[in-house]
Formats: sequence, structure tokens, C-alpha cells
Amino acid sequence: MINLSCPLPRPAKDRILLAHGGGGRLTNQLIEDVFLPAFSNAALNSRHDGALLSAGGARLAMTTDTYVVQPLIFPGGTIGDLAVNGTVNDLAMCGATAVALSAGFVLEEGLAMETLQTVVASMRDAALVANVPIVTGDTKVVDKGKGDGVFINTTGIGLVVAPTSIGPERIRAGDSLIVSGDLGSHGIAILSVRDGLEFEGPVLSDTACLWPSVNALFEAGIDVHCLRDLTRGGLSSALNEIATVAGVRITIDEALVPISDVVRGACEMLGLDPLYVANEGRFAVFVAEEDVDRALDVMRGQTVSAGALRVGTVYERASGIVTVRSRIGGNRVLDMLSGEQLPRIC
Amino acid sequence: MKYLDEYRDYASVQRMAGEIRRVATRPWTLMEVCGGQTYTIVKTGLQELLPEQITLVHGPGCPVCVTPIAMIDRAIATAMLSKVILCSFGDMLRVPGSTQSLLDVKALGADVRIVYSPLDALQLARSNPHREVVFFAVGFETTAPANAMAVWQASREGLSNFSMLVSHVLVPPAMEAVLASPDSRVQAFLAAGHACMVTGYEEYLAISARYRVPIVVTGFEPLDLLQGVLLLVKQLEEGRFEVENQYTRAVRRAGNSAAQERVNEVFEVTNRAWRGIGEIPSSGLRLRENFASFDAELRFNIALEDAEESGECIAGLVLQGLQRPYDCPAFGKRCTPDSPLGAPMVSSEGACAAYFHFGRRKEDDQSLVSLAAAS
Repeated sequence: MINLSCPLPRPAKDRILLAHGGGGRLTNQLIEDVFLPAFSNAALNSRHDGALLSAGGARLAMTTDTYVVQPLIFPGGTIGDLAVNGTVNDLAMCGATAVALSAGFVLEEGLAMETLQTVVASMRDAALVANVPIVTGDTKVVDKGKGDGVFINTTGIGLVVAPTSIGPERIRAGDSLIVSGDLGSHGIAILSVRDGLEFEGPVLSDTACLWPSVNALFEAGIDVHCLRDLTRGGLSSALNEIATVAGVRITIDEALVPISDVVRGACEMLGLDPLYVANEGRFAVFVAEEDVDRALDVMRGQTVSAGALRVGTVYERASGIVTVRSRIGGNRVLDMLSGEQLPRIC
Repeated sequence: MKYLDEYRDYASVQRMAGEIRRVATRPWTLMEVCGGQTYTIVKTGLQELLPEQITLVHGPGCPVCVTPIAMIDRAIATAMLSKVILCSFGDMLRVPGSTQSLLDVKALGADVRIVYSPLDALQLARSNPHREVVFFAVGFETTAPANAMAVWQASREGLSNFSMLVSHVLVPPAMEAVLASPDSRVQAFLAAGHACMVTGYEEYLAISARYRVPIVVTGFEPLDLLQGVLLLVKQLEEGRFEVENQYTRAVRRAGNSAAQERVNEVFEVTNRAWRGIGEIPSSGLRLRENFASFDAELRFNIALEDAEESGECIAGLVLQGLQRPYDCPAFGKRCTPDSPLGAPMVSSEGACAAYFHFGRRKEDDQSLVSLAAAS
């Protein structure tokens, strides 16, 4: 009766799956297998949130991002907020203040003009807050059914003001990991409206401009070793990327990671792990142990990072790994997201 | 968070683990039946808190892991029909059939949607009267009542464009199959608390008596699991074999009779093939004759070629607790969650995926052991 075998399916690598855009393992594979071989150069190969360039004696950062969120307008923001904040934040993670943005729109035939107005108004407001002009743009319209309302691409140019270089290669054993606030609100806010799920309280996206907090760290003279905004794939994907490049073990203490009750509740219900859920206004900072208290003070003085907490420590290790000390005191490895995070059955 | 934090409390967990260390004098092998329990154990590193003598092996209670390949092929073939909207729980989408998964055919244009409840699928059927909405009903006793309810409701409303592809399985026959295996090392069970919420645990009395094996109905939080382990170890040390209920806040001896009635009205017991294990008699549910018009298998009557099985994946051995995921030569190499060879590498409840995600590779185990020693 017992038949101890299992089938050998053909792995589907000949087509793009949604998970190729999920920010996890497949996204990385796509970059490594398709994009890097084609476009290889020093700035790209560093695989930072943005490229660091020098032109005419100035240290510049450049980054681009495309926004395809559904619904276009969600609790706490719109696709327009994301398009401005996301790109400004990527520059901030390079230690750069945004100088100018471009905006490219792909609009779907039949889109309500009012929706576009709302999105554009939120872009204007977000750009005002970030103090960055949108200096050039482009518009294309595609047939009904060939787009999803609005797709937006923004590209940003920034001026690097960080006094020292910032990146995973500067992380040392003994460094502390700080996150700027509670995690997972953006992902859960989107999920709550996309799938018609209702939770006990409204969850608002955390979309925000992170530059004031990053700049405050620089102005306070804190030697920031590495910065990373925690977007797709959440904290776990960001830490895994950093640990791999830096060649260290990053250990986080689950009990210290700030997650609001409503986000925790939603994740419990849906079988999601908040460490993988997307954020749009949160970032991770690595500083030397002796700078932690000062960095926390500075960050907590800024609205966008008022909830900053130290959640982890860096240890020596030959190859990169992220571990979690669970609430009950056990340890596990925190892996990069594989595929999309899918709700469990029961 | 109420009803969760108290069951994850560090001090209570450490106290309970200390009590287990005090009581256990000999080596014991326990099986947690449910994939949800496996997930908690691996995610929280709970095994580290147990004394060396206690070995937890991971049972067959992962719904997507045991859904037979032929049924997944059928779901895929059904999803490819142009009129069909195929609805499924999220986990099921990535499970490989014989050549592809539901996610693969979704990428090819099939209308495959994730729902959180079969009643959502019913709503889809109401709002898409010109489409055929098929719900892929997998799972154990836990998900059966809601699925039965959906069919019952569709029948009452005369909803003719809704049907269900049923691949339901039952826990107790699988526990018996594990015990009946000549190689079985399992000496006691942590029974699946959520399935028992529906069924109660009277059915377990006969299994416990026949195989002289302790069974404790257990919840899913760390403290639940440790208390379940403690009750089992006490029984084993004292030479008792009884059915006990650790999960009293959710499970009653007779279960939920309203849910049972609805399930019995809509479904009947049938033989089912378990992926990686084989056919187990009277181990599944199918729609009764009165509800046959909602059976997607009959409605679409798709002829499928026999799915080919290969010898490389050891899922059957893992699901019976005979091997650890990392004992498989393909584990983490040719078989990963991105390109799974077998279903246990897919769902977060699958033992292989749980080991993969939470780093229970042999080499990482070593690193975690040194971590535990340092902390």
C-alpha cells in the first residue's frame, strides 16, 4: 500500500511569475541571470538601492523605481505618494538628498480623470514635503485592459551628503541594528482593501519620506555604517541581502521587533510573517554599539522615525546569515522570502 | 495580544520546558500530527528547549502536502478551461502537479484566484453568473465544515455555476497508517487541536487502546505544544496510554455537533490516495449523491493521463516521520521552495519548507547549536 515516491515536476523557469517581482529569491535570480550579465558595470554591480556616480566633482546618486500598486488609492496614501517617497527614500539610503525627480506615467484607456488628479495631487504634496521638484515627465496611454489604471516610474537624482561611505561593506561585528518604527503597516493596509478583509482597526500605510531622519543622523555626526529601506520582502529580505554582501551574521530578537497589534493580528489570521511584509516608510540603520543610544535619540526626535528601536546585533561569520531569537528563547534562521507570501490553509 | 501572548510568554515556556526535563528519564519519539504545529515548532526553535531524549517527528497533517498529484493535475486542467474561475487557498497554488503548478498556469492566463473562505468562492459565483466557479476543497476535518456549508448554501440557492473539486482527508486513518508501518518509531501523538475542535476526540480512544499509544489533543502555540509534550512524556514514563485534552480552551470531547451534522449531510467517507503515502482506506471525504451536481470532477469530466511518480523525493518517508527533511539528498539543492520537487517543500506547514525557511539545514543546525550554547 505504501508508495514512497513523489513526482518530479519540470521547474517553470521559462516564464515570468509574479514572484519574480516580489523582492525575494526569484527577484534576485532575475537580476543575476538576466540584468547583471546584460548591463554589467561598477555602479550597477554594487547592487545598492541607487547608483553612486561622480560628475564634475560632485558626488551624485541616481535611482529609479516603477510603481504598480492596486488599488491606486489605499488607506494612508496613493500610488503617487509611493512613487515620490519610494524614490526619495532610495536616494536617502545612499546618503543623498534628492535634487530632482522625473515622472513617467503609463495610463490605461478609460481611467477616471478624477483618479489621476488625486494621484497627481498626492505626488505634488509628497514632493513638497520632500522638498524636491518633479522636473521632467512622460505620458503613454495603453488600450483598456492592457494596464492597471496607472503605472508610474520615477527616477531621482540626489546629491550625496553623507560624510562617510555607507553600505554593507562597512558593517562590523558588534554593530547594532536599529529599525525606524513598527513594521508591516503598508503591506497589511494594501491587503485589507485589496482582498476586502476587515480588521479590528483601520491600518494605514506607513508611506513617508525618510530623508529628515537620515539627515538628522548625519547632522548629529553619527557614523552610519549602512542604511536600507524596508520595502518589498520586508525586514527579512533586506537583512538577508545585507548579511550576504557584508559576510556577517545578523541576529534579531523577535520580542524587540516593533509590530502593532492590528498588524500582528492580521498576520496571525492570514498566516503571514510580519518580518516579510512590505513597508514604505521604514528603514534599518547599522551603527557601532557605542553610537546606538545617540542614534536612537536623534531618530526618535523625527516624526517619521519616532518609534525607532534597537532590534539586533551583528556577529562575525564567514558567510552571510540572519538568525532570530524567538520570543520563547529558541533560535532559527530567517531566510529570504521564497516566492510570494501566500496565506496558509488553516 | 490577548489569547496569544500568554501562550508565548518566555517565563511560562521556560518553566514548562524545565518540567519536561525533570520528568523525562528515557528517550521518547513523539509525532506532532499537524503541519501547523510543525510550523510553530520550527519557527520558534522549540526543539532546542526540549531535553535531548525527546525527539519530535513531523506528521502527515499538511493539507497541501498530501493532496495527490492526480488531483492537482485535475485542478490545473479544470483551471485551463476558458469559462472557469478556479479558487483555492493560497498554499495550494505553488504545489507542483506532474508538470506544472496552478501558479504556472495562472501565468499562462488561467483565471486562478486566492480566496480565504469557500464562501468567498460562492460570492464569486453569484457575481459572475456566466462563468463556472470551481473551489478546490482540500484539507482535513478543520476545513470540511466551511466547505460543506458552501455546497449546502449553493444547493439551497440553486447556484448552478458553482462546483467543488473535493480532495478532503481525515486525520485518524493517517495516524493509524503511521502506526501500522513496520518501520514506525512513533511512540505517542500530539493530535491536531483544530481538527478535534470539529470532530472531538472520541475516535482517538480506540486508536490509543489498539496501538497502546498515548495521544494528547494539542494546540498550536509554544506553551500548548510544550504542555502536550509534558502530558505525553508523563504517560510514557508511567506506562500509561490514554487520550488527554491539552487544548481545552477550544476542544470538547464530542466536538462541534452542528459542524459535524453539516459535514455528514454533504460529504461521505471514501478511500483516498495520500501523496507520497498511497491509498488509505476510509481516509477521505467526497460529496454525497444528493450533491453530486456540485462535484467539479463529474461536471467537467476531464480525462487525464496517469501522473508519473519519481523516486527522488522522499516526501512519503518525511510525512511518516521516518526521515528528516535534510536526510533527503535533494533537500535545499535540487528541491527548494522556488522549484519544489515535492509538496512538503511548498506550504509553510510542510516539514521540508519549514526546515528550509527556518534554517534547519544540517550545517545551520550546527550553527544554531553553538548559538544556543552561547545565549
